[in-house]
Amino acid sequence: MERCKRSRAPWGQVLTWLLCLLAMGSARAQEALSDKDRRLEQRFQALSAQLRCVVCQNQSLADSPAELATDLKMLLRERLQAGASDEAVLDDMVARYGEAVLYRPRLHRSTGLLWFGPGLLLGGGLLWLGRQWRGGRVDPSGQEPQP
Amino acid sequence: MSLSVPVPPRPRRPWWPLLALVALLVLLAAGLRQPRPAEAPIGSPLIGRPTPGLDLPRLDDASRRFDPQAVAGRVWVLNVWASWCEPCRQEHAQLLHLQRDGWPLVGLNYKDSGGAAWLAARGNPFAQVLRDEKGRVGLDWGVYGVPETFLIDKAGRVRAKHTGPLSAEMLTRDWGPLMKRLQEE
Repeated sequence: MERCKRSRAPWGQVLTWLLCLLAMGSARAQEALSDKDRRLEQRFQALSAQLRCVVCQNQSLADSPAELATDLKMLLRERLQAGASDEAVLDDMVARYGEAVLYRPRLHRSTGLLWFGPGLLLGGGLLWLGRQWRGGRVDPSGQEPQP
Repeated sequence: MSLSVPVPPRPRRPWWPLLALVALLVLLAAGLRQPRPAEAPIGSPLIGRPTPGLDLPRLDDASRRFDPQAVAGRVWVLNVWASWCEPCRQEHAQLLHLQRDGWPLVGLNYKDSGGAAWLAARGNPFAQVLRDEKGRVGLDWGVYGVPETFLIDKAGRVRAKHTGPLSAEMLTRDWGPLMKRLQEE
């Protein structure tokens, strides 16, 4: 029994080491594979959060459990896996459902007011406020400058 | 006030901020009266564009596929429907009516398995019915519910889309005149 045990021990160790090495190798391979998948998944999540679910318009595709949203997400995943760029995928969705699917509207002539309106209003307001203040300081009588 | 500084006359306030406020209120009120986005149909980006295609098997005979020659050069109607869709039952009479008037109708049976029996029971207004079992072609057409109906001109471009059941009023008021106009193009 003693002999038997001793003679088996080194072989057992070698086998264990070999198995460990093998496992490490395959773990690395899996990591490399899932790295690419993870990046795809991240892009998928980001894109589906930017897209409006068309049947339940206050939810994003990512949040929606609706059947149509599931179909669209499947399509989205397939397009990404086929190597489509984010821009191409969004264009594809806009071609089907129109600009309304984008939560973040694109810059167009028709959306210019939406993009720059608030800034213009703020700038105009600040300008007006500045003029009021300066007017107050320059004119000690308290009379507001006539517009 | 213990200081005896002469109080300056109260300056006349400008009137236009009040006008701006009223204008803003009118704008907001108009916004509130608009239909809620969830109720307003989404406009189709397909209007004016060539149709996305209908390469699908026929419902009555899966070995045959859509025949574009049958509608080439004609004004035609594509109706997206399903046997599980309640409003499709409502609009069915209108489709039969359109068929009697001689318009070529194509049906897109959307995510359905009981389409054939449904048509057999209610009458089939369609020249061809295609089966979109998984709804993939529906996605290409921007379908987001049933029923939806598309009007296609002689050049094969989508010219109008109706979301929800067709009604006699809508057809006589909007689509009837439009279809006649397209017929003369």
